[in-house]
Amino acid sequence: MTDLTDLGVAAIRDGIAAGTFTAVEVAEAFNANVAAAQEALNAFIVATPDKAIEAATAIDARRVKGEPLGKMGGVPIGMKDLFATTGVQTTAASHMLEGFVPQYESTVSQKLWDAGAGMLGKLNLDQFAMGSSNETSYFGNVISPWKRNDGGNAALAPGGSSGGSSAAIAARLCPAATGTDTGGSIRQPAAFTGITGIKPTYGRCSRWGVVAFASSLDQAGPMARDVTDCAIMLEAMAGFDPKDSTSLDLPVPEWAAGLNADLSGKRVGIPREYRMDGMDADVAKSWDDGIAWLTDAGATIVDISLPHTKYALPAYYIIAPAEASSNLARYDGVRYGLRDLPEGSGLQDMYAATRAAGFGAEVKRRILIGTYVLSAGFYDAYYTQAQKVRALIARDFAEAFEQCDVILAPTAPSAAFALGDNTEDPLKMYLNDVFAVPASLAGLPAMSVPAGLNREGLPLGLQIIGRAFDEQGVLNAGLAIENRAGFTARPAKWW
Amino acid sequence: MTESTYRIQGATGEWEVVIGLEVHAQVTSNSKLFSGAATQFGAEPNAQVSLVDAAMPGMLPVPNRECIRQAVRTGLAIDAQINKWSRFDRKNYFYADLPQGYQISQLYHPIVGEGSLTIDADEKAGLPEAKVIGIERIHVEQDAGKLMHDQHPTMSYVDLNRSGVALMEIVSRPDMRSPAEAGAYVAKLRQILRYVGSCDGNMDQGSMRCDVNVSVRKPGDEFGTRTETKNVNSVRFVMATIEHEAARQVDVLESGGKIVQETRLFDPGTGTTRSMRSKEDAHDYRYFPDPDLLPLVLDDAFLEDCRQSLPELPDAKRARYETELGLSPYNAAVLTAEVETARWFELLLGETATAQGKAPADVAKQAANWLISELFGALNKLGKSLEDSPVSPSAGAELLALMGKGTISGSIAKQVLEKMLETGDSAGAIVEREGLKQESDTGAIEAKVDEILVRIGGGKVALFGFFVGQTMKAMQGKGNPQVVNEILKTKLG
Repeated sequence: MTDLTDLGVAAIRDGIAAGTFTAVEVAEAFNANVAAAQEALNAFIVATPDKAIEAATAIDARRVKGEPLGKMGGVPIGMKDLFATTGVQTTAASHMLEGFVPQYESTVSQKLWDAGAGMLGKLNLDQFAMGSSNETSYFGNVISPWKRNDGGNAALAPGGSSGGSSAAIAARLCPAATGTDTGGSIRQPAAFTGITGIKPTYGRCSRWGVVAFASSLDQAGPMARDVTDCAIMLEAMAGFDPKDSTSLDLPVPEWAAGLNADLSGKRVGIPREYRMDGMDADVAKSWDDGIAWLTDAGATIVDISLPHTKYALPAYYIIAPAEASSNLARYDGVRYGLRDLPEGSGLQDMYAATRAAGFGAEVKRRILIGTYVLSAGFYDAYYTQAQKVRALIARDFAEAFEQCDVILAPTAPSAAFALGDNTEDPLKMYLNDVFAVPASLAGLPAMSVPAGLNREGLPLGLQIIGRAFDEQGVLNAGLAIENRAGFTARPAKWW
Repeated sequence: MTESTYRIQGATGEWEVVIGLEVHAQVTSNSKLFSGAATQFGAEPNAQVSLVDAAMPGMLPVPNRECIRQAVRTGLAIDAQINKWSRFDRKNYFYADLPQGYQISQLYHPIVGEGSLTIDADEKAGLPEAKVIGIERIHVEQDAGKLMHDQHPTMSYVDLNRSGVALMEIVSRPDMRSPAEAGAYVAKLRQILRYVGSCDGNMDQGSMRCDVNVSVRKPGDEFGTRTETKNVNSVRFVMATIEHEAARQVDVLESGGKIVQETRLFDPGTGTTRSMRSKEDAHDYRYFPDPDLLPLVLDDAFLEDCRQSLPELPDAKRARYETELGLSPYNAAVLTAEVETARWFELLLGETATAQGKAPADVAKQAANWLISELFGALNKLGKSLEDSPVSPSAGAELLALMGKGTISGSIAKQVLEKMLETGDSAGAIVEREGLKQESDTGAIEAKVDEILVRIGGGKVALFGFFVGQTMKAMQGKGNPQVVNEILKTKLG
């Protein structure tokens, strides 16, 4: 019998529906993997094996009664610990929210449970989703299951901020997981760990109940082993939510049923500004591979220009911290979460002590940056200017999409780096998101699919960016790459 | 328009006071600006708090259409520019009564732009002429919660019931020049808000609060530096704040000091203001567009719906009462002062016209006089307001009809009204039961007259009045005075 934990979303769902195995068997298998890997990988902040079994039991009962099982019927998943889950600690990987147990369920997680999914646990992440390596988590960093092929044993970053999600999927601790992407937090970790992840159009997935980082950029999406699984899970996650004013009031397409890897008549744009000086040779090669595969799939390749690309990262690092500085003001020690009230102190002292103790260094850095760029006298020079840049970047894409249907680019400038490599230099760390951030600023759907391994034996991802609302186009191009890349590599189990 | 002659006499001559008001008016709606929590006054602490109001992680604001509608209707009522595109901004600061760490407000693009209202002439109040006061803008924003300092010896408690309740901030131009003008402005604004139904105007419950901006200058000079006195909650206190603050500023300036731009507090106990914080200590609020909310875009249909829903406003109503109904300016003003009074009067008027088969204009004076002179007085004695009057407009109309048809006299009507207030019975039933019908039957009156003439033994014209009185008394006031007069004239003539 195949190892159930090698199966993806579609295979598990269909196997349960067909009676090949039960949902409880699947949940037990993944629960066992979660428990066995926890010490080595630290992918979960909290494991919830009972929740997984409970959901699986319900699915098995429904099957016996002949009731429909749902798009995700019987599929156990990991939930990034940024999504509020009723009765289960929700921390955003911060000391500030350690022990915080919501009385409410995020819209996205609720939709997944309604679609028949079960929860294996709450996945580790960069604190408040701020980071690209998972090193900013208060609960310790996640270790990537991947190792370099140099015989060394360096612990590698699983990417961030959805690093718990990416590591857990790559290590077969779950077949799929939720992620959130503000400036690459789904795509970069997916690329680092050889899995697939899509950030849909801004507004596709409700932000209600997701701990906010930067509201105008935050967007949830699925991470899984392949494009089909992402399509299935995204269908379950997406949909209009009247509780989120920025939610898209559009029907959710049947993306999985609409998958079509034949790209005849499609034009794929290659942005010249993304081909930067000193680009990693393996990354450049994988990009060329991608161009060849999409050509083979019937697409026409067109050179396009996104002239304001170089301003995207600076603009992002103004807008995202500005919003974060305000979004994180609610963590004040008054109503929930950490309270540090030194003896004999007053309100201001409590704020200072609580926030000093509750937030990690990277979170503090971004709050300071954000506060600075919004302050009187600097607002126009930074925030207003960044918003103008954002508008120009959106226009770049709009103009490019007059000449092409999707855009192909690398997901990240390099493969996974070792933990500690970039922690001393925030700018170097921020550069990880250089290819991911423009699509975030423009609110466009973008996904990362595995393209191959670099010379160190580490996965590289290719990014496909589509028009707003055209997740189908993105998924189809992703599938065309997936079919040709033949990516079957997986990390050797060492944990 | 003439300038106010209100002056402060200083040692160096006369000073003029310049006043601008920011009125915070709580929007009348069942739920808060961005959440579904209730807004009722006086609930148990923290009984009306949603996850959004408490700023739990991941919670998002969703604009309440009704609050937006009320702000637009208010804007239309002051003839203001309605901005079809507006936006919410965050005003960032830390305080225990502000769960989000920011207030959602509208700094850059308010929903309502330039408008105005007219304060009426009122000689007695020191307002010789009507005056137009400019209104710069109205924006909508969230209220904060409330700190309770008297619940624990060393700690303060927080009540979030008010947190997130919708406020309209109505910002005037610095167009007022005397406490009387400011008082009249607040009263007029309150009247309009209550007519529109966008704010209940209950200043004692905090539904309407004023930030009072005051500066002084020598007449003709440039504006002086202003101070802002926060959260003044009655018309009287607004006027007291201005009087005190203007006098204080004159004192400071005349003794060689400078006015510092600062926030002050009014102490109702002493009638004085004191400094709360200076401009140097002022927060940097780091306003920026709220990324959780899309711009607010209003379409023509929505605006038209708001326009259609507006009632007749006080100025128009008062003018109509004078021109169409022929009421005196005084009566028209009294009847339109409160929206409830006008509503009551119009019901009364309609019923009265129907009951008597006449045009409203033909019974308006009767109805107005009765309401103002009789019902108000009677209710006043009972300590009741018009809203909880035991006599309904239709019951009043029935009484007026009995008077109009001559069934009862004015003096009997007074007695009937008292009985109506006492028992809640209808005028007709009371008149019937108590036999109060006015007697117009010549035969019956003549019989009484004869009886009296016989009893008293003839009479002279000089005693005419005496005989009228005696006859009315004998008829227990029910004799039709005209008929009595005529009969007596013949008999005595």
